[in-house]
Amino acid sequence: MTWECVIGLEVHVQLATRTKMFCAQANAFGHEPNSLIDPYTLGLPGALPVPNAEAVKLGTRAALALGCKVHPVSIFARKHYFYPDLPKGYQISQFEEPLATGGQVWIESPERGRISIGVTRLHLEEDAGKSLHDRLPGRTAVDLNRAGVPLAEIVSEPDLRSPAEARAYLTLLRQLLVYAGVSDCSMEKGTLRVDANISIRRLGETKLGTKTEVKNLNSFANVEKALEVELVRQVGVMESGGTIRQVTLLFNAGTGTTREMRSKEGSNDYRYFPDPDLPPLVLEPAWIEEQRASLPELPDAKRERFTSQFGLPAYHAATLCAERPVADYFEGTVEAGAEPKAAADWILETVLTDYNESGAFPVAPERLAALTALVKDGTVSKQAAKQVYGELAATLESPRGVAERLGVVQVSDTGALEGWVDEVLAAHTAEVARYKGGDAKLIGFFVGQVMKKSKGKADPKAVQPILQAKLG
Amino acid sequence: MIPHDIARGTGSRLRDAESQGLNATLAWSQLQLDAEAARVAEMQATAPLYGMPVAVKDNMVTTDLPTTCGSRILEGYLSPFESTATERLRAAGALIACKTNLDEFAMGSSTENSAFGRVKNPIDFDRVPGGSSGGSAALVAAGVVPAALGSETGGSVRQPASFCGVVGVKPTYGRVSRYGLVAFGSSLDCISVFGRTVADAAKVLGSISGHDPRDATSAPRAPLSGAVPHLDDLKGLRIGLPREYFPADLDAGVRAALDRTAATLQAHGAELCEVSLPHTKYAVPTYYIIAPAEAASNLARYDGVRYGLRKLEHGEGVGALYQQTRGAGFGPEVRRRILIGTYVLSAGYYDAYYRKAQAVRALLAADFRNAFAGGVDLLLTPTTPSPAFKAGEKADDPVAMYYSDIFVCGISLAGLPALSVPVGRSEGLPVGAQLIAPEFEEDRMLAVAQVLERALDGAAEVR
Repeated sequence: MTWECVIGLEVHVQLATRTKMFCAQANAFGHEPNSLIDPYTLGLPGALPVPNAEAVKLGTRAALALGCKVHPVSIFARKHYFYPDLPKGYQISQFEEPLATGGQVWIESPERGRISIGVTRLHLEEDAGKSLHDRLPGRTAVDLNRAGVPLAEIVSEPDLRSPAEARAYLTLLRQLLVYAGVSDCSMEKGTLRVDANISIRRLGETKLGTKTEVKNLNSFANVEKALEVELVRQVGVMESGGTIRQVTLLFNAGTGTTREMRSKEGSNDYRYFPDPDLPPLVLEPAWIEEQRASLPELPDAKRERFTSQFGLPAYHAATLCAERPVADYFEGTVEAGAEPKAAADWILETVLTDYNESGAFPVAPERLAALTALVKDGTVSKQAAKQVYGELAATLESPRGVAERLGVVQVSDTGALEGWVDEVLAAHTAEVARYKGGDAKLIGFFVGQVMKKSKGKADPKAVQPILQAKLG
Repeated sequence: MIPHDIARGTGSRLRDAESQGLNATLAWSQLQLDAEAARVAEMQATAPLYGMPVAVKDNMVTTDLPTTCGSRILEGYLSPFESTATERLRAAGALIACKTNLDEFAMGSSTENSAFGRVKNPIDFDRVPGGSSGGSAALVAAGVVPAALGSETGGSVRQPASFCGVVGVKPTYGRVSRYGLVAFGSSLDCISVFGRTVADAAKVLGSISGHDPRDATSAPRAPLSGAVPHLDDLKGLRIGLPREYFPADLDAGVRAALDRTAATLQAHGAELCEVSLPHTKYAVPTYYIIAPAEAASNLARYDGVRYGLRKLEHGEGVGALYQQTRGAGFGPEVRRRILIGTYVLSAGYYDAYYRKAQAVRALLAADFRNAFAGGVDLLLTPTTPSPAFKAGEKADDPVAMYYSDIFVCGISLAGLPALSVPVGRSEGLPVGAQLIAPEFEEDRMLAVAQVLERALDGAAEVR
């Protein structure tokens, strides 16, 4: 029996604002517990929410980056539940009239190729605080620094058909949101959090099966892994004639297993209603268009441009565009005069290693461009240039200066080259005889010997014609 | 008078009121009053409220006096921040005289629901002062202070003003910032003013009104001037009498006082006409869906976790903490409204109750809009169906209690400004007339109220 898997994701993204969603307290990570609080954050009597314009702007830009329709009027609503890290007893969110709906993004599915995934909605809300169950023995500690931090909740359609597609969707989502400058989308810091809904059905069936929700996912790899585990479990249950119960599962990354958190059958009644403290959020259509127009070029468009404008191979363009800083670095290098393909090669082969390690570019794009120019005009070999690159990070010297200091500037002066060629030919009479006897591929051997003799300084392109002339 | 003497005089009147058993105050001290006097003494004597002692309902947060909302759950709570209204009062030169007793969390119409005992009506101690701002109304009526802040959600200033024979002014929703007003029904809550005279009430209202960026529902408008526009006569003014507000079973004394009021208006040149507000009968039921829904939500924060009462005497876990804290901290009326509010917002009931109530609320607002659009400048109604009732009389019948607000809560649902002005007494008990204005037309109703105040003896027997 073949089963089809149906996955939908709910992603919470913290917006990179200076202050919280509804008050002037700082939105920051890693501070002393309960140091970022104020009357609103504490839910003190008489405190009132005032929407953060920057959060609205970032939420709007996120929605536009995901192809959503941003609504000129949306409504903040209260979502009620009692929990110690929810100071007011309700969370301000959006329910019936969210900020944006109807988006669509395109992903590369490992199984289905390029497919589109619907984005049901994006709405604004405030984060809850954190309950810490492991700080004080037998007690729960509450840290309200996170309470009130602005969030965009992004809900996908149940369009994903495999754990790998779920991961591809998340990777793309992060890419778009980082590009749009709305969040750093770090699962480690909790600025991006994922809840996954998964169900299975017989292939060909159109009705959705009973879904379970998987929580506590701390990396994209774990999202994929947890969904794989849950998929196997659901198939096992169905094939042994059982039924899936609607439950919430917690994933344990250490053991690679899930365990049931709570039954969803008597599901929470959040008693949503429009927040009477907040008038409808009204956005001028012209302002929404302004946000759309000022969005940076998004990865898809950039990739296409990199292929058409710079003639880059698809793989190069995709790799460069995966992260906006890398794409910007590439364009900076090209603007500084580098040949696009050479710049792309340099970045893929060398620069990315540094960037992935440190998150920074140790060599400015102008200096990388100057270095590629040295390779192009034959001043240094590609090999030697890598040596120069390694030095550039630690110095302000020009690439040429470094090449000279390292003594790797190529010699194309015919007199010097002829001297080395003569010495090599004199030392290898047997090979000369074999070459003359028709073993033409020995030319490579002679070039290698000349390079060795010159300690790499000889320009191999200049060496070959001299060799050929002398070998007659 | 210098502020120091005012502080002393106010303290001595507060002590007298206390010793008489009015039970109108929850917190005050001579020390705090003296500190207020010292602060005001540094100000220019031209400040609009210079040296005026003003009592404040104990649901507005103040940093120098505790804020309890008349509830055990906030007993002893001292706010780290100040409400906009009291901040503006102080900036205008007023002395905060005391915090006044109220129905718990402003839920009630008689000030019998305070955890700290009922407030007495200074006109007749056996009767209620109305509510929920009964403490503020009683202090003004007893002559302890010339003015006081109250708050309205569904008539909680106009109704006690009527019962105590003082002026009570509710401005347009959004006219006064709610920042620092402990929320009951956020879409209705409105800081309002009691005064011995229309002029005093207007002066205080002027000082606390105006836009406040800390309240997203605050209207972006300039403050009221604080002065009452002077009218020599009422020529050219059309005043509508909504027939639904003069039912056949209206108390005879109230009717007599309103007849006299209408005659006075006419004598001053106003044109009277009958109008209809056809949805009036739905006002009370609509109010008792919307206000409790918002209240149940607003009161969710009192959970014993961060401040206020915290009770965990048996069992363990956060559920037990919530149950015991809230069970012990809230009185019966508050619990009743939390239950109603939770019910009407529940899945499966939301459409039948809350959503429908919002639709009816829009119809109620349209009634008023249509009346004003029909060429009426103001509406005149009785403030209450009867004068002050006896303490305990309606305590066991919440619905009867709710209906004592029948003439005031529709206006709150519509967000309109309205006031109650004393227009006579029936068997010794004060009767108030209500003037209702289009939104942000407070000056119009204040001017007409002042004409009535001057023309009528508000303390004269009408029967």
